[in-house]
This record gives sequence, C-alpha cells and structure tokens, in this order.
Amino acid sequence: MRFKQHSVLPGFGLGLGYTLFWLCLIVLLPLAALLMKSASLSAEAFWAIVSTDRVVAALKLSFGASLLAASLNAFFGFLVAWVLVRYPFPGKRLVDALVDLPFALPTAVAGISLTTLYAPNGWFGQYLVPLGINVAFTPLGILVALTFISLPFVVRTVQPVLEDLEAELEEAATCLGATRWQIFSRVLFPAVLPALLTGFTLAFARATGEFGSVIFIAGNIPMVSEIAPLLIIGKLEQFDFLGATAIAVVMLVISFVMLFAINLIQWWSSRRHGMTR
Amino acid sequence: MSIEIRNIQKRFGDFTALENVSLDIASGELLALLGPSGCGKTTLLRIIAGLATPDSGQILFHGQDATDRHVSERQVGFVFQHYALFRHMTVFDNVAFGLSVRPRAARPSKEAIRDKVMKLLKLVQLDWLADAYPNQLSGGQRQRIALARSLAVEPRVLLLDEPFGALDAKVRKDLRRWLRQLHDDMHITSVFVTHDQEEALEVSDRVVVMNHGKIEQAGRPDEIYEHPASPFVTQFLGDVNLFHGRVHDGKMEIGDYAHALGEHQTAAGGAATAYIRPHDLDLSREPGEALAAGTVEHIHAVGPIVRVELRREGSGDLIDAALTKDQYQTLRLMLGDRVFIRPKKLSVFLDAGADI
Repeated sequence: MRFKQHSVLPGFGLGLGYTLFWLCLIVLLPLAALLMKSASLSAEAFWAIVSTDRVVAALKLSFGASLLAASLNAFFGFLVAWVLVRYPFPGKRLVDALVDLPFALPTAVAGISLTTLYAPNGWFGQYLVPLGINVAFTPLGILVALTFISLPFVVRTVQPVLEDLEAELEEAATCLGATRWQIFSRVLFPAVLPALLTGFTLAFARATGEFGSVIFIAGNIPMVSEIAPLLIIGKLEQFDFLGATAIAVVMLVISFVMLFAINLIQWWSSRRHGMTR
Repeated sequence: MSIEIRNIQKRFGDFTALENVSLDIASGELLALLGPSGCGKTTLLRIIAGLATPDSGQILFHGQDATDRHVSERQVGFVFQHYALFRHMTVFDNVAFGLSVRPRAARPSKEAIRDKVMKLLKLVQLDWLADAYPNQLSGGQRQRIALARSLAVEPRVLLLDEPFGALDAKVRKDLRRWLRQLHDDMHITSVFVTHDQEEALEVSDRVVVMNHGKIEQAGRPDEIYEHPASPFVTQFLGDVNLFHGRVHDGKMEIGDYAHALGEHQTAAGGAATAYIRPHDLDLSREPGEALAAGTVEHIHAVGPIVRVELRREGSGDLIDAALTKDQYQTLRLMLGDRVFIRPKKLSVFLDAGADI
C-alpha cells in the first residue's frame, strides 16, 4: 500500500495533518490520559476492580440495554423514516420536527418525564403496574429511556437515503413482475441497509454513553438496574479515581471493539456491493 | 403483439399532457415517438406500460382491453433513460431479477435461469461482465444490461424511454444501430421515445411526431421527412429556411418569384410560408428566376457537405444552404460573393388565420 496517493485534490498532506491533529486533541488525548491514569494500577488490582459482580452486572446491563434499544430503533426508526418519506399526510412537518426532540431535550428532562409517566401512579404506570409490568426503577425503564434518546439517529440517517431512491427502481422491478414485498425486500431494503447500519451504530453509541435520562427512571438498584456510567460517577464521588478509570477503560475497550466490528461489516457490505472504488 | 391506443386523455392539474390521442401499433413494429420535451411522449409510453393511468380512453393489447391491467400483468419490458439498474446486485443478478421473482411454481430452475441470463448477456455482448456491479460499467454498457434485464422475462412489448438520451454521441450511434439489428432479429413490438429526430428517422419503421399532447403526424421516416404535414413537423425534423409569400393559382409567390405547387401541396390561396431545407437550395451566380439574392457571410467546409451562410438582400435574414463538395468547388464561392438562390423543393403551409 502506498502511503501517499496522488490525487487531483490539493492539500492531502495539510488535510491529513489537521485531521490527525484535531483527532488527537479532541479524542485521543483525553482517552490517553484515561489509559495513563489506569496504568498506575497493577494488573491484579485492575482485574479485582472490574471483575466484581456489581461491575460486571452494570456493564452487562449497559451494553445489553443499549444493543436492545438500538435494535428496537433500527426497526421502528426505519418505519418512521419510511412513513415520513413515502406518504403525504397532514401534519407531516410537525411529526418530522418531533423526531428531533430527543436530540434537543436535556436528557434529565427526558428522564424525569419518563419516570413521571411510568411511575406506579403515572399516566402509563397506573395501568401497567396492575398488569405486573413494572417499567420505572427496573431494567425495562432503562430500555425505554435509551430507546427514547437514540431514536433520531436511525430516522435521520435512513431518511435521506430513502428520499434519494429513484422511483424508477421500483417501476423497473414492477415491470419485471416483482410483488410489492419483493420490491421492498430485494430492491429497496438492500439499498437502505448501509444507512440503517450507520444509524444503528450511532444509536448504540449514544445509548452506551447515556447517563442523564437513565438515572431518574432506573432506580439504580445495584446488580439490577445500575448502569456502568453511574457506577463510575459513584466511584468518583467517593474519590476512588482509579476505580472509576478502570471501569471507564473497560467500557472504552468494549465500545471500541463493537464500533470497529460494525464498521468492518459496513466496509465489507459496501465492498461486496461494489460501492467503493 | 399489436397495441391500439384509443382516445387517451391525460391531465396533470391544469396541464394537458395528452389530448385525445389515438394510435395503432402493428405487431412487430419498431415505432418512434418523437417530439420536444413536454409534448406528452413519455406520458404516452408510461400509459402503454401501465406505469401511469389515463383519465379516459383505452389501451388494447392484441385486441383485448388492457387499460385496467396492472403493469406486472401486461408483460411489457421497460427501459429507462437512466437505466434504473439495481446497484447492489451484480450484472448477472440484475438480468436474472425478473425470473427469480416469479412465484415458485413458475420459476425456472437455477440452471435454467443461469443459461438464460448468460444467453442474454451474450446477446448484448457483455457476458464477460456478469460479476461486475452496475457502477463499474460505462453508460452504454449499463443501458445494454438494462435492455437484457427487460428481455429476460420475454416481454410481448418493449418500451424504451429515451434509451440513448444520457449517452455520448458515438456510443449513441452504435447502440442505435445495434437496437435496430436486435429488433430485426427478435421482432418484438417496440416503442421508443426520443427527442432526437435523427435517431427516430434512422432507427424506426414508423415515426409519430407529437406536440402539445397531440399527434402531429405519423408515417414512415421518409414519408415524414419528404412530406411533413405541418410547419411544426417541418421545423422539428431539421434546419429549415422560412420565406413568407402568398399562394395564388396553385403557385407559391414570394416577391417576383413563383414556384408551381405539386399535388401534395395546398390548393387554397392566401398568405403562406415556404419552408426550404438547406440542401434543397441551389446557389448560382446567374440572376433571373431566382428566389432571392444574398451575400456569402460564412463558409463551413469541413466534411462532405459544405454549409454556406447567406445574408439575404433586402430583408437581411440569414439563409442556410448546404452544398456538396463538388458544387462548392465548381462555384468557387468566396466570402462576400453575391449569389442567387433557387429552391429545388419547398413545403408550403398557409399561415394560421390567413384568409382562404
């Protein structure tokens, strides 16, 4: 592989330089500081901190709930984007604007509103609790909060791609005798899949890092509904900086591995479809 | 399969796209729908395909009413201007699509599909690209794949919407000839839409010229070119010089000049315009019996045809004339020369609103 490729676009060296500098300053430097800090722990001490039942349970909950929330949003977000793009209906612009609300709303506000709704005496809670469905102060509540805050990512990545799909593709498929389901599953969906995967990744990343909305609705019961970021805050409040960084490093590594894996899948699928050069 | 189009009417809001259009397309015919953009030709094609529905009127396939038949039941192959290939599928999968979406009972076996697709890819001379993706192909190759894809389902009618519109001139010419050959081999009823008169006249058995949602004229290419039925058709088919005058006693009179009109021409009298193609103008240095005199302003002498631009004396209009190289050399034309023009052939139409 040649390091430098000749291109008609000028400024490759300068552009790459700025990119690396910026990434170092904004992303790598703080993360390096985190790693440095945790490096002052011995391997045994590090392992002792992160392998306690409470930390493992919190990590499982954080990543499990985030994956589930991102999957839910991949499905329903796709549906929202589909409806917004394909059908004209009154109030469409309003609905379109509503989608962004979870972006704009302070997460604490979202958490408080959701808790109020799902608490045993709340609007939803009063009907759900007698049915045996407890949302507030359980892992289910965490899922609801994470789904809420990560919804816009899927909608906003899929929407423009759906809009750009030429109507001619469907017409061509219709002329060739495909049914509506075949057109969706074999022509439209594969074209949108890369964008959906991107949206899923963003939603997942957002959900793992979420803190504000979750702590209100989760109840934060250790081993049951305590997420990893909260555990980190807890340790910080007790001035256990090393313990906090150890958990943070584990989160960082897991997140990075998962994001990298999803990126690989994307790269592989776009290569398979001949969309890269 | 023959197609009959009966009194088709189509409006988009206030815009009338098609007004009472009727047309018979014979089985095995290669027909061109020719017209400027917005004349309704593509709308008509889409209505034949079933991709658009007419406000009123009927479409008959092989004598049977197909107006309410769904696209997928009409067995039409449709080729789009911008190819509409499925980007995430290989060339092979694109061509196989129509066969592989059939219900299980009607679907050919994997091997049969494979044979058929490879045969079609050979037919369009692209079998070596079976595993490529559409974005790795050139425009001409993509359009050939699109054509192979539409032929895979053995359509009874092939409809092409500006099939060569997005291609460059050279590829366009090759594909045009190739389409003609393909049609001669397969004899499938085909309709193609174009705004390029050269393309329509060269490729098709019959040309239908459309304007403002109506059919202006339909006929064989030579018929249409030699005997255009309206000023619009005359002007749309190629460069033309206009001379205003009067029709009187079966003659077209332009100033002192008079040209006897043949049987094809109008018999009534009144203010009229003569349309003369550049190559129907004779230039000479002899005065007398000339339509007009002019000075040579520009000579374009590249290729077998020499184009001469004249400034007409009196009116100051520009006149285009086209000479063969021989004529040009005999005349020894120079810029600024004074020459006289005589028409070999002219098309005369009474001016609209002229008293008859």
